[in-house]
Amino acid sequence: MKFTLSWLKDHLDTTASVDEIADALTDLGLEVEEIANPAGKLESFTLAKVLHAEKHPDADKLRVCKVLTNEGEKTIVCGAPNAREGITVVLAKPGDYVPGIDVTLGVGKIRGVESHGMMCSERELELSDEHNGIIELPSGEVGERFVDWLAENRPEAVDPMIYIKITPNRPDALGVRGIARDLAARGLGVLKPLEIEAVPGGFASPIKVQIDPALKEKGCPLFAGRLIRGVTNGPSPAWLQQRLIAIGLRPISALVDITNFFTYDLNRPLHVFDAAKVKGDLRIVPAKGGEEMQALDEKTYLLREGQMVICDDNGVESLAGIMGGEPSGCTEETVDVFLESAYWDPITIAATGRALRINSDARYRFERGVDPAFTLPGLELATQMVLDLCGGEASEVVMDGAVPATTRAYRLDPARVISLVGMEIPEAEQRRTLEALGFTLNGDMATAPSWRPDVLGEADLVEEVARIASLTKLQGKPMARETAGVPEPILTPGQVREKTTRRTIAALGYNECVTYSFIDAKSAALFGGGAEATRIENPISSQMTHMRPDLLPGLLQAAARNQARGFADLALFEVGPVFSGGEPGDQVTVATGLLVGASAPRDPWGSRRPVDVYDAKADAEAALAAIGAPARAQVNRKLDAWWHPGRAGNIALGPNVLATFGELHPKVLREMGVKGPAVAFTIRLENVPFPKVKTPTRPALAISDLQAVERDFAFVVDTGTEVITAVNAAYGADKALIEAVSVFDQFTGAKAEEQMGAGKKSIALSVRIQPRDKTLTDAEIEAVSAKIIDKVTKATGGALRK
Amino acid sequence: MNALDVLKAKYLDGIAQAAEEAALEELRLAALGKKGEISLKMRELGQMSPEERQTTGAALNVLKNEIDAALRAKKEALADAALDARLRNEWLDVTLPGRPRRAGTIHPVSQVMDEVTAIFADMGFAVAEGPQIESDWYNFDALNIAPEHPARQEHDTFFIARDAADPRPPHVLRTHTSPVQIRAMQKTGAPIRVIAPGRVYRMDMDQTHTPMFHQVEALALGKDISMANLKWVLEEFCKTFFEVPSVELRFRASHFPFTEPSAEVDIRCSWEGGQLKIGEGNSWMEILGSGMVHPKVLEAGGIDPAEWQGFAFGMGIDRLAMLKYGIPDLRAFFESDLRWLRHYGFAALDLPTVFGGLSK
Repeated sequence: MKFTLSWLKDHLDTTASVDEIADALTDLGLEVEEIANPAGKLESFTLAKVLHAEKHPDADKLRVCKVLTNEGEKTIVCGAPNAREGITVVLAKPGDYVPGIDVTLGVGKIRGVESHGMMCSERELELSDEHNGIIELPSGEVGERFVDWLAENRPEAVDPMIYIKITPNRPDALGVRGIARDLAARGLGVLKPLEIEAVPGGFASPIKVQIDPALKEKGCPLFAGRLIRGVTNGPSPAWLQQRLIAIGLRPISALVDITNFFTYDLNRPLHVFDAAKVKGDLRIVPAKGGEEMQALDEKTYLLREGQMVICDDNGVESLAGIMGGEPSGCTEETVDVFLESAYWDPITIAATGRALRINSDARYRFERGVDPAFTLPGLELATQMVLDLCGGEASEVVMDGAVPATTRAYRLDPARVISLVGMEIPEAEQRRTLEALGFTLNGDMATAPSWRPDVLGEADLVEEVARIASLTKLQGKPMARETAGVPEPILTPGQVREKTTRRTIAALGYNECVTYSFIDAKSAALFGGGAEATRIENPISSQMTHMRPDLLPGLLQAAARNQARGFADLALFEVGPVFSGGEPGDQVTVATGLLVGASAPRDPWGSRRPVDVYDAKADAEAALAAIGAPARAQVNRKLDAWWHPGRAGNIALGPNVLATFGELHPKVLREMGVKGPAVAFTIRLENVPFPKVKTPTRPALAISDLQAVERDFAFVVDTGTEVITAVNAAYGADKALIEAVSVFDQFTGAKAEEQMGAGKKSIALSVRIQPRDKTLTDAEIEAVSAKIIDKVTKATGGALRK
Repeated sequence: MNALDVLKAKYLDGIAQAAEEAALEELRLAALGKKGEISLKMRELGQMSPEERQTTGAALNVLKNEIDAALRAKKEALADAALDARLRNEWLDVTLPGRPRRAGTIHPVSQVMDEVTAIFADMGFAVAEGPQIESDWYNFDALNIAPEHPARQEHDTFFIARDAADPRPPHVLRTHTSPVQIRAMQKTGAPIRVIAPGRVYRMDMDQTHTPMFHQVEALALGKDISMANLKWVLEEFCKTFFEVPSVELRFRASHFPFTEPSAEVDIRCSWEGGQLKIGEGNSWMEILGSGMVHPKVLEAGGIDPAEWQGFAFGMGIDRLAMLKYGIPDLRAFFESDLRWLRHYGFAALDLPTVFGGLSK
């Protein structure tokens, strides 16, 4: 919403400066976005008088002038043809910045004559494009500030333009008068009365109006208008044109300019039909669908069934409340005009405007809600202005429908206002505020003014009182915690777990990423997603069409981008939501780490090697351990398709998969554009069980003073045998004595098969035997060893390696 | 010079001259060995008179101890010299790099969420969560945003595809964290103090917007919680978060459907030399929207507005991170450029706390 200071002063009697007004507006909730103050750049210029002018001795087109200024007589060399004795001019002194030529003046020497300033043209001061000579003022005293002279004689030239942002609840502030009312309530002046006098009609309007009964219920409660015959529709007067130009509108013709003026002045959009082009009466009806209408924006719109339009016998003439039609629009030749003032239902206007994608000043206002009670007064005022500016004779008003009943009252509870805002606002002040805003108070009941459709409850009264009292003045008041003392922990175990996982994985050397929750359909499909239920109906890009089923596609895309930048070795991770469907409950939090390339940079120690499945496994186990997952979960191979079928596994408790680790499927890597090797792990945070009993107490530490015995065993087994089989069998040999079983070597490949036979490998276990109550004899140790060998060979089908 | 002095000089001189352990051993045997000169002299003591024995014996003992000490000292000196020589040969180039160790990082969004959580936890706020695919009721209706409300259009909402056979309105990607207010109220009732950090989505992508970003919502309900309390909480938050001694906030009336009264909150700052400084200067920067929870929102959350009142506010996590840490471009937050992650990321153990300070 744009307006100028002088326009505001049409409605507000005030001496406040533009800065005071701007500060108040922002504080009131009418946020000032911009102030264009043309006076700002003219502050330094003063009036001066040319005492004497003569030709420059060395230049035909220059004159040397003696000029009387507020600092005495000065010599100024001037090239303007009208520089002559006796004229009052606008002076720029050395040191002044002249905006039109973007120069800060100095004392110059022009062809040997020193010049102490400059007499300016309109263009040099950016007042107009006039540059045929210097400004000659018809009045003014030497030394007077030019801006003061302008304010007195050409106020529009120094009229500050104010641009404010209007929140959707304040349609009343889409008219200058509404803004003035807020400022008056704040105490920045007095709201001038708005005189409304009915213009008597001299004859019956030949054009009648009629609202379709269905639309009278919802759509168009009231439609009014009148014919004004014998008008002259030329350019509008200068004051009106300047108003419109100042807020960025183009003057068109008096009739059109009047409708635009009312739109911005009183938030009362109007429409003018050229009555000669209207055939029969005007009817407000729902479109049948399929009609076409050429609108005033020179575009043709195809109407859908039910969209509200104004028709005559020729067909659709106007998109009701949104935009008029070109065929029945007014031109310079218009003689008889039909002036429309109607109240349109906001929801209906919004729906049609959205569907047709028309943004007009009328739609903007009607869909937020104009003052329904002002429909007829607005018509009267506009009629008067048409008569004043264009002449002619007005008919009687024709109308259908009635002003919709919107009267409502809410209780003002002054104590509640103080309690909610936390500011001592006396009751009398609260009441004064509401009355200044147009509320009617009856006891403790406040009736909202017809121009405030946003006031819908007691809370709105609180807001009005607080806003006018000034929230800028609000002082903070301490708010104690609900309970005294050391506060209890506020994070849930799940939240703690998420944070622990994140920082553990970062500590393992991964860089945390935050990638988009939506990805492209193809990538989603590669990771088990892409279902219709997870599709976004209105994606912003083809790369963001589906909710991600997994964190891996986003991380792999990130890896590919980094590889393209020359970073081949990557450790990336993310902790975030993934989506199995399109319902609010279909979201779980997972943590995924991705390793690509080599384990380390090249170095003198040979640290560099390709990342492999065991890196991923170690990191998965570390993350699981950090959040208290059971130490001895099983590993299974029921894998999703994007993992390498032979080089990945799930860490699970029965059917409950806590994590997956392994190499990614080479086909998936190729599709995602990542150069391998790449391994990853995913922790399903919600699947990791929480401890059944939460206690900080640890179980008692069981340590023995007796020396433990380490025994090593090597077995020859089939290459397909999983070492876990041997480890579990060894544990099972003596549950009391065997404290730990670890794998310390494996021997596989061609050399191994050469030694041990085709299809064979060797695995080596170290078993720690911990005596419990007495030192073991050699025979007892041998007995345990024999049992281990027996169990392992039976479980694996292998043999002790000789 | 008597005979003992001669012996002493001979052996101490010999020990001083000895260059290796073998020579020392020879000297030891020659002096103190079974047939050594001093041992032999000791044996002669028995043939002396008691007086003579006493003086000579004492002198001999002194000499023996002296030579023994000299031998030991020299032996240790030789060993030290040998070790020094060995260590000199064991020189390594210590300017070579250490064995590589990857350094991970925490994303600024996570770090700032932890900072925000730490501050609000100190003021008694818990952390609430809600789904990111939301029903339109939670995202809009419950927050007093009617279907026709212009604000609903201004939200640039992403919709989830809806099966034609399903009569329900389509779900949305939550456009703000405010629906968590409703869920938290329904879950715990009043009084309540929660914050809800998380991802939100809007259909907007340009220089300064991304279709996904992060917000943190706060909700405090009690018997007499006022807008003045809101201001204090925000002042405390901003002061602590930006790590400055004091801040100045300015409330401006505004409009949000879910609060009434509503206020935009500006913070005093300076942009001198292109550098943002919070708490000083002559500029104001909008940092968040806030207000007193609308009675209809309380009702939607199952709370009686006649009994309970309080405030809510929401602010951008990414924006807070940008302002505090001088990160210029929002879009880069989600591009996972390794250089960016390393430069703007935080160490794993940089866990922000109120007692230890938020940032290093």
